[in-house]
Amino acid sequence: MTVHEWLFIGLFFALGWMLPTIPIVAGKLLGPKRPNKIKQQTYECGIETVGNTWVQFRAQYYVFALVFVVFDVELIFLFPWAMAYNKLGLFALFEMTVFILLLVVALVYTWRKGALEWE
Amino acid sequence: MFEVPSVADLNVAASLPVTLLALGACVFLLVDLFIPQDRKYITAGLAAGGMLVALVLALLMWGDVIELRDGDTAFSELFIADTMTHVVNIVVLITGLLGVLVAYNYLERTKIQRGEYYYLILFTTTGVMLMGGANDLAVVFVALELLSIPLYILSGFRWPQEESEESAMKYFLLGAFASSFLVYGIALIYGATGTTSLPGIWEAVNDIVAEDAASKYLLLLGSGLALVGLGFKVAAVPFHMWTPDVYQGAPTSVVAYMSVAAKVGGFAALIRVLVAGMPNFVLDGETVAAWQDTVWLVAALTMLLGNIVAIAQTELKRLLAYSSIAHAGYILIAVAAAGTASVADEAVRAVMIYLMAYAFTNVGAFAVVIALEKDDATNTGLDSVRGLARTNPLLAAAMTVFMLSLTGIPLTSGFVGKWFVFKAALSADLVPVAVIGVVTSLVSAFYYLRVVWLMYFEDGESEASTPWPLASAIGISVAGTLLLGFVPYLLSEMTNDITLAFGG
Repeated sequence: MTVHEWLFIGLFFALGWMLPTIPIVAGKLLGPKRPNKIKQQTYECGIETVGNTWVQFRAQYYVFALVFVVFDVELIFLFPWAMAYNKLGLFALFEMTVFILLLVVALVYTWRKGALEWE
Repeated sequence: MFEVPSVADLNVAASLPVTLLALGACVFLLVDLFIPQDRKYITAGLAAGGMLVALVLALLMWGDVIELRDGDTAFSELFIADTMTHVVNIVVLITGLLGVLVAYNYLERTKIQRGEYYYLILFTTTGVMLMGGANDLAVVFVALELLSIPLYILSGFRWPQEESEESAMKYFLLGAFASSFLVYGIALIYGATGTTSLPGIWEAVNDIVAEDAASKYLLLLGSGLALVGLGFKVAAVPFHMWTPDVYQGAPTSVVAYMSVAAKVGGFAALIRVLVAGMPNFVLDGETVAAWQDTVWLVAALTMLLGNIVAIAQTELKRLLAYSSIAHAGYILIAVAAAGTASVADEAVRAVMIYLMAYAFTNVGAFAVVIALEKDDATNTGLDSVRGLARTNPLLAAAMTVFMLSLTGIPLTSGFVGKWFVFKAALSADLVPVAVIGVVTSLVSAFYYLRVVWLMYFEDGESEASTPWPLASAIGISVAGTLLLGFVPYLLSEMTNDITLAFGG
């Protein structure tokens, strides 16, 4: 690798820092400041926040979220595999079967352990 | 375009022991769901049986009884089944079997008998075995996680007891932190060499060294970060902080297993990444690999700190924790020696010999602690061995053998391990670090022999419970320690065929 190519990486670093910094600094310096009550509120996807943010969740949500993520990720892998199924052939079928069977083991385990029951 | 591999490319046969054990772990996980609480010995038996089958397979493959017709790599060259893989398999499977034997009654009487224990041990064992055969940095990382995550859970196995939870939390947070170092290291190594395959890295490093390319700095940084991540797993100074706390809080049966298994996995990874991947990473004007100086410095620090701090310990589990740090230092000497090209194979054999010798002795020592421990996880102090020679002479004799072996007295396996390690260090001209090793071994005699002194020459009401699985595990450990000590030929024969030379 020559020095020339490293220069590009340096350029990327500089640009990466500049792109977010310049608008923020420019906004701070140039923008008018007229605060009112609504503008000062915590922004959360358009919905007004109600009550204190520090509330306790049921631990059960996390188990559900974990199981959800597992099957969400499974879909991400399944879609491209299904689209390219013709070209991938037996090997990919084998790999996918192993992958899905592993997830089935996990699902049977969580099911039998009662993690899917909502109390 | 990307070529789709065929099923034949998998060559699962080469990875048979590890694949079979992973499959077994998944099946036992399901079977255990239908085993009632008072019959968990079935799960324990299944786990032990699975490991026994894998052990027999590993032994057959080591002895070339099973021949691999389609070459010794599996999964499109991600996994390699060379002699080192087989030896790692044998060591960790023996450890796993002893781990199940010491655990069953202990879990029963401390009321934490859960089926998860046994297949978590199986998953960890699978991780270590995968590490032994890793031929790609991606596999190194996956194997490291597979061996670590079950250990985090196992450390907290005595919930809701606070010490155990604390130990699991500490181990998990620091372990995850260390893993991220390894990933960053892998990323930089990939950046420098353009591949994650270890033979590919070897070739790329050759080019980098020949051309003296700028990416050598990237490679230096990457291998350094990988050393940090793996140094944590083997408990090398300065990444050892977690060891005493985790060992003290975790259930003793877990510690007995993990003190050996995590080390085997960590050192297998160090050998694969440093010795197999970049032994030829020689910077200008040097004759040895660039990472050698760092590794021997870490080895020296580890031996000094582990042995000196162990003297001050009054808790048996903490003492053994610092002793395990010290032993990581001795093994690191051999890893450092492997940086000299002409000594590389000899040094790797020394690492494997040390691990094999250490496995029996260390599991045995912790098994004695398990026998002494009360049901509420107390009585693990040094005082607990007072007068053991009178109340239980056999157990005291066993503990004496383990302590002598950990010190490295001749006719025990510990001596053989140290002998090969120091010999490799001398062949590689690492005289100072070998001297530090010998001197700290003498220092270690003080705290190991103090345990023996307390057992034989002090009065006390030491009580121990030794049900047959625990007793047989201690018996096997004593037999292993003495057999390997009396017949070192077994160890050198076992590791004789280990060679790691790529492209040579």
